[in-house]
Amino acid sequence: MSEVMEIRVDYVARVEGQAEILVKVVGDRVEEAKLAVFEPPRFFEAFMVGRKCGEAHEIASRICGICHVPHQVAALEAVEDGLGIEPDEQTRALRKLLNYANHISSHALSVYFLSVPDYFGKPDVISMASEHPDLVRNAIRLKKVGDDITERFGGRAIHPVTLVVNGFTRIPTKADLEWAKKELLNVKGFAMEGVDFIAGLDVPDFERKCEHIALSQPDQYAINEGRLISTEGLDIPPREYRDHIEETHTDYSWTKRSIVRGRDSFLVGPLARVNLNFDRLSDDAKEAARRSGFKPPVFNPFMAVLARAIELVNAIDDSVSIIENLKLDKGPVREDSFEVKAGEGFAIVEAPRGILYHNYAFDARGIIQKADVVTPTAHNSRNIERDLEALAPKLRDLSPEEAVLMCEMLVRAYDPCISCSVHLLNAK
Amino acid sequence: MKPKLAVVKMTGCAGCQMEVLRIEDKLLDLTGAVEIAYFYMATSANRHGPYDIVLVEGSVSTPRELRELKELRDGAKLLIALGDCACSGCLPSIVNWVPPEESAKVYERFLEIHSRKESFQRVSPLSAHVRVDLELRGCPPNRDAILEALKGALLGIRPFLREHPVCVECKLKENACLLVCEGRPCMGPVTAAGCGAACPSNGRVCEGCYGPMSDANASSLAEIFARRCGLSQEDIVRKFRKYAGLMPAFSKEAGGKI
Repeated sequence: MSEVMEIRVDYVARVEGQAEILVKVVGDRVEEAKLAVFEPPRFFEAFMVGRKCGEAHEIASRICGICHVPHQVAALEAVEDGLGIEPDEQTRALRKLLNYANHISSHALSVYFLSVPDYFGKPDVISMASEHPDLVRNAIRLKKVGDDITERFGGRAIHPVTLVVNGFTRIPTKADLEWAKKELLNVKGFAMEGVDFIAGLDVPDFERKCEHIALSQPDQYAINEGRLISTEGLDIPPREYRDHIEETHTDYSWTKRSIVRGRDSFLVGPLARVNLNFDRLSDDAKEAARRSGFKPPVFNPFMAVLARAIELVNAIDDSVSIIENLKLDKGPVREDSFEVKAGEGFAIVEAPRGILYHNYAFDARGIIQKADVVTPTAHNSRNIERDLEALAPKLRDLSPEEAVLMCEMLVRAYDPCISCSVHLLNAK
Repeated sequence: MKPKLAVVKMTGCAGCQMEVLRIEDKLLDLTGAVEIAYFYMATSANRHGPYDIVLVEGSVSTPRELRELKELRDGAKLLIALGDCACSGCLPSIVNWVPPEESAKVYERFLEIHSRKESFQRVSPLSAHVRVDLELRGCPPNRDAILEALKGALLGIRPFLREHPVCVECKLKENACLLVCEGRPCMGPVTAAGCGAACPSNGRVCEGCYGPMSDANASSLAEIFARRCGLSQEDIVRKFRKYAGLMPAFSKEAGGKI
């Protein structure tokens, strides 16, 4: 009789949203390896139809309370693409600064609040505070810098309000910029130490080669603009996304799952970005990465935690250099100061957890006729299952508790955002 | 014994829980005063109910959530609706005006998934189903209001929640009125304060994300939008059918009951 191993996690903790893990191995055969999302859908793409294109980003922001900025930037870029508007340098620089602030806050949360406790046998970051007070205090400070920059430049830390089509309703002052630079430099040291600290953790030894996809630009680390490239040779502009990426459905999950047409599932997020854009990281980020032994390409999904720590250094450095180069010569714009016309636009932005695709079509009055959004967690969901499948046979040597923990750690390493993934797709 | 606190997520974006985490430095102090017994996004040490103080983020959109809400209510000394989705349905409530056959198109195999994972395809605020002791409005509610509510709960006193309009906060900040001075369609005059006039202070009109203030005169503002700001009837419906279209104070201007 074959030995049966079953893993059931009915509500994965320390991830955003509601999902369960189901793994079943009979003998040598993996019978089941599922990430089933029971978080209910919210039908964003259905109810955005009939709304004005100028409010697409405000509505899309509510797809996710963690990665609200990238949702706003992607929606704005897609709407501007459809309207034929090319935002100026200052607007693009400020948007990149805000997206980096979001990455800093989200990565600090994911690395230190959600992932690290597993490596110390603790249920959460609060229970680590007595034994590791400095680590916890610094992690909170790091996250706070991201939130505070969003609040000061965006008018609110969560769902900021100053980003609008073709500009900002409030332009930061010189004093704002100086303050932000100081705040960022204050946490730089901890971010650098963080890479060494994460590199010293006992990361599970596991590798599965799969396609990694990320945005890429020749002259800078891409998070808001660029072409979509992959480890398997994909190289396309955002508007060709649907020709290459398709979605599949299952009956056990509200999350759709993506694959590259004619190929397989793929990985998006910090690991894919660092692997594909290693040369464009800041010098200190590259140096910290080398010291940590990170040699791209890395195909161990658990190493995404280290990639996040490396990106934290890069986000701080790149933000400081954006601040130093900002001239602030363009004034604020109103939320409705643009001409509407019929059109369709596309955009891809890197959210902290990976590429985010937005596409809108609107009529001559600027009323949305079609909305299509694919989130990072929808992109990763099939790949997480493929990793679970490959990991499952190795779990038999572990105690039941350790096996469950390993599955949860894998899911946490992807930093999934379940709410995002069930916002709903393809209302046509 | 410390009171047990639960932070529960229903249909929402997690932004309100993120605002709870933004209490940051005070979060460690808070754990001295309450036991965080259930907070799935932050900890894997979650205990079974009942809980003394329950913060619920999100609206009700599935039978499972409805059962869970009733169970939480039965055991709770204080049930607090955390944020717009829980208080009014927020932006996702716009889907309530979309015919279900349209929203189902979002999933090609909707019925197949639906039979296993039910959804009402409608959202409703907590108060449509159970008694709610306190509503913390906003998308998201400001962390100061969350702290104030928790302090109130621990001390057994009523927290000071702002039901006056955003206009009061705008005046305190000495902003020029966007509606009166510039003729722009600002929702501030009918919207509850608490955000510190976040949008008008940053050069844009209030979008109404804290929902209706007490005694809001929505029809008068709708008339000003038409006459003074030149908004079409459709635009006015969109303004009110946004963060709180399900609330009685806005329902007429939001295009009537569904």
